[in-house]
Amino acid sequence: MKVVLKNLTKIFPSRNKKDHSEVVAVNNFDFEIPDGKLIGLLGPSGCGKSTTLYMISGLQKPTSGQIFFGDDDVTELSAEKRGIGLVFQNYALYPHMTVKQNIMFPLQNLRGNDKLSKEEILSRTEEAARLVQLDGLLERKPSELSGGQQQRVAIARALVKMPRVLLLDEPLSNLDARLRLQTREEIRRIQRETKITTVFVTHDQEEAMSISDEIVVMKLGVVQQIGAPQDVYDDPTNLFVAKFLGTPPINVFKGRIQGGKVMIGEAAVFDAPGIEDKDVFIGIRPEGFTLEENGPLELNVSGVDVMGRDISVISTHPESLNANVRSIISADQKNEIGSDTVRFSIKPHKIFVFDGETEERIYLQGDQG
Amino acid sequence: MKKIIKSFDHWKAWLYLLPAIVLLLIFTGWPIINTIRIAFLEGYDPMKEVGGETFRIGFQNFEKVVTYKRFLECLKTTMILCFTTVPLSTMLALLIAVCLNSIGPLKRFLQTIFFMPYVTNSIAIGMVFAAMFNIVGNASGITTIQNAGIVNNVLQFLTGNKDFYINWINAGSTYTHNIIVMIIYIVWHALPFKILILLGGLQSVNKQYYEAAKVDGTSRFRTFWRITVPLLSPMIAYVVITGFIGGFKEYSSIVGIFGDTMGPAGNAKALNTMVGYIYDALAGQAGRASAAALILFGIILVVTLINLWVSKKKVHY
Repeated sequence: MKVVLKNLTKIFPSRNKKDHSEVVAVNNFDFEIPDGKLIGLLGPSGCGKSTTLYMISGLQKPTSGQIFFGDDDVTELSAEKRGIGLVFQNYALYPHMTVKQNIMFPLQNLRGNDKLSKEEILSRTEEAARLVQLDGLLERKPSELSGGQQQRVAIARALVKMPRVLLLDEPLSNLDARLRLQTREEIRRIQRETKITTVFVTHDQEEAMSISDEIVVMKLGVVQQIGAPQDVYDDPTNLFVAKFLGTPPINVFKGRIQGGKVMIGEAAVFDAPGIEDKDVFIGIRPEGFTLEENGPLELNVSGVDVMGRDISVISTHPESLNANVRSIISADQKNEIGSDTVRFSIKPHKIFVFDGETEERIYLQGDQG
Repeated sequence: MKKIIKSFDHWKAWLYLLPAIVLLLIFTGWPIINTIRIAFLEGYDPMKEVGGETFRIGFQNFEKVVTYKRFLECLKTTMILCFTTVPLSTMLALLIAVCLNSIGPLKRFLQTIFFMPYVTNSIAIGMVFAAMFNIVGNASGITTIQNAGIVNNVLQFLTGNKDFYINWINAGSTYTHNIIVMIIYIVWHALPFKILILLGGLQSVNKQYYEAAKVDGTSRFRTFWRITVPLLSPMIAYVVITGFIGGFKEYSSIVGIFGDTMGPAGNAKALNTMVGYIYDALAGQAGRASAAALILFGIILVVTLINLWVSKKKVHY
């Protein structure tokens, strides 16, 4: 089931009686989610990603715009008629019911032609439990389960009614680091097995990048960029997206374009032929540095982090917006790092130039797109 | 024992607790012990005790009480009132609390309105109820129904019969009608506290449970029974248990409507309750009053234990 969002907008009226300014939570969101894909809505808190999810679910009504499931316009349809499965951030498992009762609850709601026999309910419940690997825990109460198990119960409860679309709100935020890793693989596996179109919300870029077919980066209600995770990482459209994706984060320098060169301080780090002179921001991915004796960019070394295969050179630069500049190089080159300064050349596809005012990307020759 | 002795070492803590302990011992502890003592003294009379007389120890007081017809009537009235008003008021309070919780505007205003009976004197409310259910005739009895209370006026309007009336509480009224009035009054008076507790419980229920239920297409009825009620069950158990304890001690509400004759004119004590009996007996038969008080205590204890036992199985904390 593909999901189409057309000019979706949500405006929350001001609650403050003195200040009548409205909050535009989602602004003109246009997107077609292909059938059977896993989509990550990504952005910092307050960017409108959860609001978008809740509008798809039907729990919140859009101020304007339309939502289609396949060819059906569901904009006016209430949540229960949309056939969606929703996993809440805190799972919202009914605490007084066992795992089994929780999972079978949506099936017992079916009435009329859809009404299921007791055997069917039971077999589908068991099937859903097996899918999320919960068999054997069916008689437990949610309070007797670990966070990861509770999460899986919530997913089973959302899946058991065979929803047209599965929605997950920050599904991993309540789990510890190890469980998070494991559970996100689990979500990926379940999604592949069921082939249900899935939308999930997260503020963790690593999480979104690792399991999504496509990610949607949002900021203050406005979609910044949509694309496959690697494409967005390799080709960010603006400074926000570049800064939001990647660990360790991108290094940003203040600089300018002068005479067809990208300048950081007095160092001409890169060629930018045919672009008028102006102030810019320069983003360089940590892995975009190459040690070179006569490289254009000189940094003051303040430390080296050894991470096994790689090492991370921590240094400072007067024009850097980050406190530290982090560059990742191969551990073999450890001995080539000077004690005070280090010189780098920059890999062309790892450097991005953004307009100093609009923060939009300035495409250099040889850049994709 | 070792623990207690050890805790005596914390003399400072005991010192701080001393005023409360002394007061409790004098005004709660001793009366309880004394009640038990008196209940087992046959033919007890405080004046004679001061005179140095001793009394035989035995179960005579209890025997007298449980075979006394008036006492059994009091027991019956108390039981009827208890087992009708507690479930009724709990269900109504739950309904009202759910409604109050789901409305937007006027919520606070209505909450205040519903809480008003709680802060109003029960005797004063009783008098208003008495007026509502009255059939005020002239001095010689029921002759002019025009002067009937509002309840009969409404009944006349509904039946379209100007001469129709029910003798709710006046001279010659039946026990059934009296009890109905009492049930309505007690339920109404019990509502605010229960609504307050249940509304508080409802407001602490995570809204996501309802969103999850809505997404799953749960009907309102099923949401109420399968989600709201279980999640509120600790509060429901609380209001039921306290309701029963209060219900067995019913007294002032009857005084409010019937006055201290505890019954309609010409039929005094018809609606007397256990507590009413204890007060009456206290004057000349302190032994029986004490025995009745112990019986009442026993009944409340048993009912509360049953309540706790049921709630252990049904309540989800």
